[in-house]
Amino acid sequence: MRRDIFQAIADPTRRAIITLIALQAMTPNAIAEHFDTSRQAVSKHLRILTECELVHKHHQGREIYYSLEIKRMKEIDKWLEQFRKIWETRFHQLDNLLTTIKKQKK
Amino acid sequence: MNNNLLFDFTVDKENKTIYVKREFDGDLGLVWQAWTTPEMLDQWWAPQPYRNKTKSMDFREGGAWHYAMISPENETHWARFDYEKIATERSYSGLDAFCDEQGNINTDFSRMHWKNDFSEVAARTTVSITIVADTLETLEKIIAMGFREGFTMGMDQLDGLLTTLKMQAR
Repeated sequence: MRRDIFQAIADPTRRAIITLIALQAMTPNAIAEHFDTSRQAVSKHLRILTECELVHKHHQGREIYYSLEIKRMKEIDKWLEQFRKIWETRFHQLDNLLTTIKKQKK
Repeated sequence: MNNNLLFDFTVDKENKTIYVKREFDGDLGLVWQAWTTPEMLDQWWAPQPYRNKTKSMDFREGGAWHYAMISPENETHWARFDYEKIATERSYSGLDAFCDEQGNINTDFSRMHWKNDFSEVAARTTVSITIVADTLETLEKIIAMGFREGFTMGMDQLDGLLTTLKMQAR
């Protein structure tokens, strides 16, 4: 099942995991050490992140390492850029309205 | 389109906060009016090609603005803004939410807290907006509510609006 990228970052633990593995690839055990939650809970978060294609896992010997998919993170930035555009549009409309009103007043 | 006006847009993902700062070529009284009276809000609040329609407005602390943003296909998105604190021509704050036609808040999505500060320098008014969302999903939902089409057509739409406004001014 493929999930929404925003679902991935909606959870504070998942955001913390993202921050951790952004610096270096880590094993689930190493990640779990940073949290009070169970190893199982961390595995669940990692599974969701993997399904969202936000993290990449690779095997090295007997260990699995998780690393961040930077490309996917950039999608979030792209989305925020759209949000910015809404405001631009809105503000230009207000500019026009203010101009119109000022002209009428004259 | 006036490109000399300041426009800041920063997102603090960690704190789920959006900061928007924009300067408007108008005095404080006029800009405050544009943000707080339904007749004026309806003329600019919904990004083109959406149009804005106020159902009710009670601009006072504890009051609310109940409005809809309507797509060209008449798809209607209801929203309400509950006013918390109002300091006339200085600032106002409140909670923004999606709702239905009766104003019942859609609890599937968390609300966003807004604080808008107004200040005037040399006949130009700066509006500083601080929006705090409970989750990033809330922000995502705003896009999902149908704005995407609204700005993909972008500036072409704006040119159209400009022409309309100019014609109205005649």
